[in-house]
Amino acid sequence: MIEITQCDLLIVGAGPAGLAAATCAAQLGIETLLLDEQQAPGGQIYRNITESPVKNRAILGEDYWHGASLVEPFKQSGAHYQPGATVWAIANHTAPDAAEGFEVGYSVAGQARMLHAKHILLACGAQERPFPIPGWTLPGVMTAGAAQILLKSAGMVAGQRTVLAGSGPLLYLVAWQYLNAGIVVDAILDTTPSGRLTQALPHAWGFLRSPYLAKGLKLLREVKARVRIVKNVSALEALGEGKLEKVRYTVAGKTETIAVDQLLLHQGVIPNINLAQAAGVEQRWNKLLLCWEPIVDDWGNTNIERLSIAGDGGGIAGALAAENSGRIAAYEIALQLGTIARGQRDSQSSTARAQLGRAVRGREFFDTLYQAPDQFRMPVGDTIVCRCEEITASQVRETVKLGCPGPNQMKSFLRCGMGPCQGRFCSVTVTEMIAQERGVSPEEVGHYRLRFPTKPLTLGELAALPQTDDSRKAVIRLKKPV
Amino acid sequence: MTSKPSAMTAPVIIIGGGLHGSSTALHLARAGVPALVLEKNYIGRHASGVNAGGVRTLSRHLAEVPLSLASREIWLHIQDWVDDDCGFDQNGQMRVAENEADVTTLRTRLQTMLAHGFTHEQWIEPEEIRSMIPAITPSIQGGLIVREDGSADPYRTTRAFRFKAQSLGASVMEGVSVQTIARENGQWCIDTDQGRFTAPVLVNCAGAWADKIAAQMGEPVPLEPVGPMMLVTTRMPHFLNPVVLGTGRALSFKQRANGTVLIGGGRLAWVDRDRDWSELDFRQLGEGARTVCDLFPHMKDAVVSRGWAGIEASMPDGIPVIGPSSTEADLYHAFGFSAHGFQLGPIVGKITADLITQGQTDLPILPFSISRFQ
Repeated sequence: MIEITQCDLLIVGAGPAGLAAATCAAQLGIETLLLDEQQAPGGQIYRNITESPVKNRAILGEDYWHGASLVEPFKQSGAHYQPGATVWAIANHTAPDAAEGFEVGYSVAGQARMLHAKHILLACGAQERPFPIPGWTLPGVMTAGAAQILLKSAGMVAGQRTVLAGSGPLLYLVAWQYLNAGIVVDAILDTTPSGRLTQALPHAWGFLRSPYLAKGLKLLREVKARVRIVKNVSALEALGEGKLEKVRYTVAGKTETIAVDQLLLHQGVIPNINLAQAAGVEQRWNKLLLCWEPIVDDWGNTNIERLSIAGDGGGIAGALAAENSGRIAAYEIALQLGTIARGQRDSQSSTARAQLGRAVRGREFFDTLYQAPDQFRMPVGDTIVCRCEEITASQVRETVKLGCPGPNQMKSFLRCGMGPCQGRFCSVTVTEMIAQERGVSPEEVGHYRLRFPTKPLTLGELAALPQTDDSRKAVIRLKKPV
Repeated sequence: MTSKPSAMTAPVIIIGGGLHGSSTALHLARAGVPALVLEKNYIGRHASGVNAGGVRTLSRHLAEVPLSLASREIWLHIQDWVDDDCGFDQNGQMRVAENEADVTTLRTRLQTMLAHGFTHEQWIEPEEIRSMIPAITPSIQGGLIVREDGSADPYRTTRAFRFKAQSLGASVMEGVSVQTIARENGQWCIDTDQGRFTAPVLVNCAGAWADKIAAQMGEPVPLEPVGPMMLVTTRMPHFLNPVVLGTGRALSFKQRANGTVLIGGGRLAWVDRDRDWSELDFRQLGEGARTVCDLFPHMKDAVVSRGWAGIEASMPDGIPVIGPSSTEADLYHAFGFSAHGFQLGPIVGKITADLITQGQTDLPILPFSISRFQ
C-alpha cells in the first residue's frame, strides 16, 4: 500500500476494539488508518482469524470465529489498514505542527516512518499477568496465551506432556481448544484458592445473567470430563536443568512432582498500557484486578486531549465489551472531529452502549473468583522478577530495605525493568512487591515511568527518519514552551 | 526512605536534593554543620540521576576549568569521600574532528588552553584514535583528549553523596515542595506543602526550579528549563573505552561496563517543569542517530531500548550560577549548570560549604555570580 503520512483518526491495534472502531469511524466518513503489529487482523483474541490454518471450526470454538464478523465489515468500510506496523512513539508537543495533532513514529519491516493524526485511539488490548514462580524462565514454560497463539496462527502445539497451571477462564479455554485439537492435557493445576467462590457469590447475580454463563459451564464440563484437575494448588515450581523437566506443586501441605515437557501458565490478563503510559495518560490502581489501568471516561476520553482508549487496554472487560467500547469511542471521536452532532453521537451509539452493558455483566464475579493469589504475584527468594536483567525477588526486597521507595528508583538501583521488554513482564510485580515490603498501597508506590520508544527500534531506523528543515539547521534547538 | 529530622529547623537548609545539594550537605557535614536537604520529589529524580554521567574536564568553558580540575581531585579519590566508587571509570574523554573545519576548531581550542596555561587537553592523531577505537570511521581527522577524564553512574553517585552526608549528620526530606520563602528576625522561613521550616542560612540548589526561588529574593534570572535527551541501546559486545564527543555536530557517546551504549549530546526534549514531564523529539533524535551511524557505522544495527530526558536548568551564557546572593545575606546559589554540571558536583558542594563556614573559597567563582544578570 501507499505510505499514509496524514489521517484524521489513527487507531492502534486490530483486535475487537480497534476493528469495530475503525469500521464505525470509516463508515461515518472519517479518514481512518488502523496500524497493527500482527500480519492479519484479529488482535490476540481473534488472532489470525482470516488466515488460521485451523480449519475445523470446532477446535477453537464459535466465540473465536465471531471475530470474522468484525473483519468483513472492516474490510468493506474504507478504513486504511497497515499490518506488521509497530508504533514506538507518539509526539504531542514536538510534532512540527501541534495544531494538526499528533506525530506518530512506527516501523514496518525494519523501516521507521512518521505520520500525523488529528486524533488517536489506542486499542492495544491486554497482556497476560506475569506469573513469577521458581523456574518460570526455563525453556518449556510459557504462558497459556502464547500457546494459544501458536495454535491459532501455526496450528501447532509445542510439547507432548502438557500441564496447565493457574486460574481464570483462558486457562480452561486453552485446555478445551487443546483437547479439541486432539492433544492430551495431563493435568490442570488450579491455583484458585478455596473460599474464593464464597467471596465471589455476592456478585453472582450479574454472572447469572451474563452471556458467558451457559457457554462457560459447557466448556468447563467438557474439560473436567477429560482432564485431571488438581484444585487448591498453593505452591508451584518449574524444575529442570536447562529446560523444563518436572513441575512440583503443593495442595493442602502435600507436595507432588510430575514429569512434563510443557507447562502453560496463566493467571488472568491486565491492560497493555505501555503506549498510553508513555504518552502521559493518567493511570489508577484497580484493587480488584490488581493492575494499573488508564483513567478513561464513558466515551473513551483520557486526560490527553484527542487521545482516546477503547477495549481491554482501557480496563479489562473482555472481547464483546471491547468491540462495543470501540464503537462508542468512534462516535465520540466523530463528534470531536466535527463529523456528527452530539445528538447523533448519543442516538447512534445507544445500541453499542446497551450491548456493552450486557457484555460486562458478571465481570465482578469472575474477577473476584479468579483474583490471582498473593504468593503467585509477589514472589520471594531466588525467583526471577525481571526476566531481561535477571533480577530476583530477594534482590528487589533487599533493595527496598536499603531505602528504595519506588519502581523508578528500583530501576536506578538494580536496572530492574530496564531491559528490552520495557517492564512489561515485571512492572506490576515490582509495584506490588515494593508495596508489600513497605506496608503501603500500590497506588502510593506508583509505577515505572515508561518512555518512548515503547518498542525497540534500531539506530539505523532512527537515522533514516526524514529530515526536516528544523532539525537540519539546529544543533541544539530550544523549544518554546507552549 | 526519608529520614525525619528531630525539628523543622536546621543551621542550613538546602533546597534541592540533586548532586549539588547532596554534595553541599556532605561538605557542610564534614565541617560539622548538619544541614537539612528539602527535595520535592526524591533524591536524584531529574538531571542528577539520569544524566550521561560524564566526568569531564575536556572542552569546559574557560571560567569552569579551575573548578573542573579541582573537582577531578575529588573524583580520583571518590571512594574515600563517599564510601562508594560511584561506578567511576577513568577511560578518558575525547572530542573528535570529522572534517577540516572541526580540526581548525579543535586546534584553536588547544591554542587557547595553552595560552591560559592549561595542559590537560591534548591533541590526538587520527592513527591513535583508530587504534584505540577500531570501530570508528576511518575518515576521522584527529581530536582532543583528556586521558584522566571518564564517566560514572549518576544516580549511584548522587545517592552515595546523600548517604555519606546523612551518615555525618545531615538530614534529607523527600517529597517536600517549597512554596514561599520569607526572612523573619534573621531566620529564613520556608513554607512548604509539609509545613514551615526555619534556618539561619539557605542554599538554592533547585536546578530547573531555582529561578523561582531567586525571583522571590528579588534577583530574577533568565533560566530555561531544558531536558537533554538520552538514548540507550541493548547490550553490545565491547568496542569502546573512552567517551566520544562530537565537534561540529552534537554528540556524546559511550559504552558502559554492562555493554549498553549511551547516546546523548544535548539535543533537547520538550519539557513542562510544572508537571515533571518531558517529551522526546524523535526528529532531533534522528539527527543524533545519523551522527552516531556516520562515526560508528556498525551502530546502525544497534537496538535502542529506551530514551529519556531529565529536566535541568540552562543559562543563556551556558555557565552556572555559583556563590552568594546579590540581594540577601545568608543565601547562596548553585544552579544553572546547563547540561554539564555532573563532574562539577563534588567541588561545587565544597565551594558552597566553604562560603558558608569560612566566608570564602579558594576557587575563582566571580564569573558565576548571579549579579551578571542584573
